[in-house]
Amino acid sequence: MFESLTSRFEGILRNIRGKGRLGPEEVEEILGEIRIALLEADVHLEVVRTLQDRIRERAVGEELAGVLNPGQQVVKIVLEELTRILGGETMPITFASKPPTVVLLAGLQGSGKTTAAAKLARWFKAKGRNPLLVGADLARPAAVEQLRTLAERIDVPVFSASGDPVTVAAAGLAEARRLGRDVLICDTAGRLAIDDVLMAEVAEIAGVLEPHYTFLVLDAMTGQDAVNVAEAFHQRLDLDAVVLTKLDGDARGGAAISVREVVGCPIAFASTGEALEDLEPFHPDRLASRILGMGDIETLIEKAEETFEKEQAEAAAARMMEGTFTLDDFLGQLRQIRKMGPVSNVMKMIPGMGQQLKDVETDLDERRIDRIEGIIHSMTPAERTDPDVIDGSRRARIAVGSGTQVSEVSQLVRQFREMRKLMKQMGGAGSKGRGRGSKRGRKGKRQGSGSRTTPRGPVPVPKKGLALPGLGGTDDGGGAFGGGLDLGNPGISGSGGPLSLG
Amino acid sequence: MSLRTRFGRAREAFGTRLADVRGRDRLDDAVWDELEEALLLADVGVSMTTSLLARVRERAADAGATDGDGVIDLLKEEIVRRLEGIDRSLAVGGAPSVWLFVGVNGVGKTTTIGKLGRRQVAEGRHVIFAAGDTYRAAAVDQLELWAERADATVVRGAEGADPSSVVFDAVEHAAARGVDLVLADTAGRVHTRQNLMDELTKIRRVAEKGAGTVTETLLVLDATTGQNGLVQARQFTEAADVTGLVLTKLDGSARGGIVIAVEGELGIPVKYVGVGEGLDDLVPFEPRDFVDALFD
Repeated sequence: MFESLTSRFEGILRNIRGKGRLGPEEVEEILGEIRIALLEADVHLEVVRTLQDRIRERAVGEELAGVLNPGQQVVKIVLEELTRILGGETMPITFASKPPTVVLLAGLQGSGKTTAAAKLARWFKAKGRNPLLVGADLARPAAVEQLRTLAERIDVPVFSASGDPVTVAAAGLAEARRLGRDVLICDTAGRLAIDDVLMAEVAEIAGVLEPHYTFLVLDAMTGQDAVNVAEAFHQRLDLDAVVLTKLDGDARGGAAISVREVVGCPIAFASTGEALEDLEPFHPDRLASRILGMGDIETLIEKAEETFEKEQAEAAAARMMEGTFTLDDFLGQLRQIRKMGPVSNVMKMIPGMGQQLKDVETDLDERRIDRIEGIIHSMTPAERTDPDVIDGSRRARIAVGSGTQVSEVSQLVRQFREMRKLMKQMGGAGSKGRGRGSKRGRKGKRQGSGSRTTPRGPVPVPKKGLALPGLGGTDDGGGAFGGGLDLGNPGISGSGGPLSLG
Repeated sequence: MSLRTRFGRAREAFGTRLADVRGRDRLDDAVWDELEEALLLADVGVSMTTSLLARVRERAADAGATDGDGVIDLLKEEIVRRLEGIDRSLAVGGAPSVWLFVGVNGVGKTTTIGKLGRRQVAEGRHVIFAAGDTYRAAAVDQLELWAERADATVVRGAEGADPSSVVFDAVEHAAARGVDLVLADTAGRVHTRQNLMDELTKIRRVAEKGAGTVTETLLVLDATTGQNGLVQARQFTEAADVTGLVLTKLDGSARGGIVIAVEGELGIPVKYVGVGEGLDDLVPFEPRDFVDALFD
């Protein structure tokens, strides 16, 4: 879900990454991009504006002063603001002390109320409850039949009758009491928010049912109108929450953010597929980072903070800027990464990786890293400093020494080169906004023999609250863990996003 | 109810923004900002909005438009210009002709078939409904109720039957009886589900296996749909060669600006619009009415 928004943000963030310092103009540029991204995801215009203001205020204010990697900081701000809108907690569903717990569903035509009713019934049933479904959609042809068919699959009784929906609802409640059902879920006809007669009718249904939960069923594909719809229903029904349907497609979710922000309704459940099991409580806190395509970045930040010492990292970064990034540094970084936990878990938390790992086996081989370590250990200090000297016979020797294949050695050397190239590009991208103080890199300065990289410009260094993996912080040097390190998984190697967040 | 009244709600929200603009006697940034907002709020989308306004700016300069009224007229003209001159008729010509209705869940495919079928019967055609939505519970029952109202025949399969075979049977049935037109319902599907999109490709192919010709594949789009409508249109076109759009639920507060975006960016014409729940509330799309109603 939210893939389009995710990929768009990733595009923007890739551009921000590596920028040393963001001036007001750059902040505006980023805000412009964020605006487009949010609008294309159907976030309501007003909500976009509010978000922009909040982000701007923070981005040009104190928060970026003296920050070594403001691009990353902007990301963090956006993330926090999205999280703030979506709210932090899953909405708890409690049960009435005097059953039945009554749930009323309302919404536009085609939003998925009937299916949602059955899915909710299944959910309650799985919680050990005994729901009764009440079919009060007497308008749409065969709506009640649809409800009955679905209910049959999950073995939940349905009450309905012909006539007036308000009467049916009331009778349904009596029936639930008579049968001792402890949850009642009432499906209603789809109605337009501007249809006063039908809106009055559903309010009347609410009047007789006195629901504990009134849910607006909202199609996740809804555009700018979502807010109007939610407001209109909220006015009449005093909504408790939203059930967001059809979240299994793409480019969804602007509606969720908008409704949360404007109407204040949390999203209680999200429907993510056609099967009756495909309804789950909505976890807003997990969503903001997904919208940004960031994986579980908060956890990652925490872990990185645990692992890296700030001063150490800065010193390492400084060395890197002087152009001393070597295979030894690389080795050090591998060790840092490993300190954070199993590699596959760490990888999944890295922004940009989630997408790439999605379609491939995520079984990253820890042993592959052992082998990389082994290969580097089998190199002479000169080779580690300048891998370009490694020729055929040296490769053979290293392979024998590390118990690996010559091809693996070649691959590592090749990947290391790619990585340096990427670092170089990142340095280039940041040349507009320089790194901090005098720790500025110098272009093309060659040191020692061979062709050691001399990345210039800002170097990502973990800052408080921003410490991220692979940003140096080794004992003997630092540098970006950029470029695609092939950990035995073709899906994440090569020219994919740099693992470094800086 | 006139189309204008039916679009009343859409006009209201959109119009509030535009009322501000109308009063202005000079074209400053605020005017352009408000026009942009109005279009965005109508779900026209960022890129179409940008394109429209760029053109209107040019024309405003050329035409010497200096006030809000003038620029709104130019915007109106520009939208109409882009929507006009397109063939919006529904093609027939097979023996039988098959119209395939596709779209995501809940957009109103079955209802559209009912209403459009009724219109075709009224025009003297013999019509068969193919109950190709074998997935949604009671979809066939819903279609049968519509068939009764429309005086059409339903060809149905068992629940869970292969929709392609149901459509094939309906076409055979129609051919055998000299029926002109088969309106084939399909289950709603989210366009990201590749297997379901493949199924649609198959339905379309099988529909032409016998005597039938698919002369229209109509994507039914809900007017409340936001920018995802564009993606839907692309995906469904790829799977089933969409020939036209039916825009439903335009009588709500949704503004239907997605029409402009889909037509403009994908060249798929809107053929019919649903403007109410009544049997006759599915009407041919008229660009000028649409834009007039939107702007007045």
